[in-house]
Amino acid sequence: MATQHSRSAARIMISPAVVLLLAWMIVPLALTIYFSLLRYNLLMPGTERFVGLLNYKLFFNNPAFFTALINTLLLVGGVLIITVVGGILLAILLDQPIWGQGIVRILVIAPFFVMPTVSALVWKNMFMNPVSGLFAEFSKAVGLAPFDFLSQAPLASIIGIVSWQWLPFATLILLTAIQSLDSEQMEAAEMDGASALSRFWYITLPHLSRAITVVILIQTIFLLSVFAEILVTTNGGPGNASTNLTYLVYARSLLNFDVGGGSAGGVVAIILANIVAIFLMRMIGKNLDA
Amino acid sequence: MGRITLDKVTKKFGDVEVIPPLDLTIEDGEFVVFVGPSGCGKSTLLRLIAGLEDVSGGEIRIDGKPATDLPPAKRGLAMVFQSYALYPHMSVRKNIAFPMKMAGMPEDEQKRRIDNAARALNLTDYLDRRPGQLSGGQRQRVAIGRAIVREPAAFLFDEPLSNLDAALRVGMRMEISELHKKLDTTMIYVTHDQVEAMTMADKIVVLRAGNIEQVGSPLELYRNPRNTFVAGFIGSPKMNLIDGAEAKKHSAETIGVRPEHIDVSPSEGTWKGRIGVAEHLGSDTFFHVHDTGLAETITIRAGGEVGLHHGDTVFLTPQADKLHRFDGQGLRIA
Repeated sequence: MATQHSRSAARIMISPAVVLLLAWMIVPLALTIYFSLLRYNLLMPGTERFVGLLNYKLFFNNPAFFTALINTLLLVGGVLIITVVGGILLAILLDQPIWGQGIVRILVIAPFFVMPTVSALVWKNMFMNPVSGLFAEFSKAVGLAPFDFLSQAPLASIIGIVSWQWLPFATLILLTAIQSLDSEQMEAAEMDGASALSRFWYITLPHLSRAITVVILIQTIFLLSVFAEILVTTNGGPGNASTNLTYLVYARSLLNFDVGGGSAGGVVAIILANIVAIFLMRMIGKNLDA
Repeated sequence: MGRITLDKVTKKFGDVEVIPPLDLTIEDGEFVVFVGPSGCGKSTLLRLIAGLEDVSGGEIRIDGKPATDLPPAKRGLAMVFQSYALYPHMSVRKNIAFPMKMAGMPEDEQKRRIDNAARALNLTDYLDRRPGQLSGGQRQRVAIGRAIVREPAAFLFDEPLSNLDAALRVGMRMEISELHKKLDTTMIYVTHDQVEAMTMADKIVVLRAGNIEQVGSPLELYRNPRNTFVAGFIGSPKMNLIDGAEAKKHSAETIGVRPEHIDVSPSEGTWKGRIGVAEHLGSDTFFHVHDTGLAETITIRAGGEVGLHHGDTVFLTPQADKLHRFDGQGLRIA
């Protein structure tokens, strides 16, 4: 790609793909913004008209909005902490030479292949159910009253379920990163008198920083839009206790049939996601420059 | 102080014995080179001394104290690795400071030692750079600096020059030798390059398949190789080893004569041959001589500007007092 000629040729070659992707993105975005400026309720067909920013005003004034915002941040933050810390520990464990390593690794990765709806249902009905769940059985076995996870601690339960799904992803990425650590570096540190803990702190962790950045960036994108787990388990309740922004937008547009309000919520969610992304890139994106 | 004694040390990987019982004493202040072809166990031996591998049997003593079960950090040895093993996310200063930081040394003492090491190794201008921004030779010096500041009982070098280009290698060879003269600390150096071994060592340990073939000063090994393996390994170009009838004449199974100990004449001599490939080094020329009636091609060394060419006929005469004789087992006949 050195010469002027090859550079312009490259530009022409990739332009169809760029145009297609651009249209793919712009059309839904433009329609969403357009709908968000209309009074557009499916229960009152034929009454659509331009209302300016009224939908936005209603969305922001909705007391559920701030709850949903806080819940979204708690969900993203909680899952990130659990998966990154847990992922590092698991990756170190899996890096040890053990008997049956291959099978153990596959077992660890397995949750990632279970689709969110299914895993949420399994957790809801087989583990967290206060009557027939496994956790309730344990409580009863030691003489405690069963804990109703999904109504007593709905957000924490959902954080747990989502963490369980994403832990394999973090583990996988971090494991490959650990495996790429030069063993002579570890031996040098050992010769230099570093204990196992200092070797982890001064050698392994800095080596993992780039992989951790990747895990955080990718997971944040997906965690901002967690939906299926909430729909299947708590339906955002009790009250708004486990409603995040995605679920709030869904409730607006499909439970209240308010397409205009839902679209406004969607635009707000896009803006918030971008703010988060900018902060994230500012804070940790520099790790990606080599 | 750094007197290292290996007493019947063995190493097995599973059922494979890579080092059969081995005894060796390294005196304080000595520069010892382990040399041998690849896979001969020289690096394993170094790692046993460092404590990075556990011995399968026998004992290692450092300064008379048993060190067999000590962890690497407690042995008071410093190692320079083939890949340098610098910490890529730390500056040169932090790399050098790392062992002292781990030992909990006071800051001002750390700073003093870093400054001394940096001055000795010409690294003062690079202290705030990362290893990734340094050249190979500079990285090598940082790795040495990291070893020096610990003031170890002995330095261990694991093929430290094999990643450098030829010119730099000669330079670093000198620097390491000078460092040894200055510090007067025991150094153990592993290499497969017999030139490095000859130029740097006080004592060479020639290894083959985990066995010590011969221990001695470079010139001892050059003059009196104990067997055909050492004879062929030490010296460049290799010694001519001749079997068969010619050897029988000297009542030996194999005779050896170095290329520099063969006289060349255009008119008369023991062996008559035809010159094949000539390697001109400027100061010397190496000729490969064919059709001498011997099974082997004979290598000879001549002056740099001797007027011989491909296809010329020459007569060769080995210098009788420089002839080495070996028996059927390849051992030297005195």
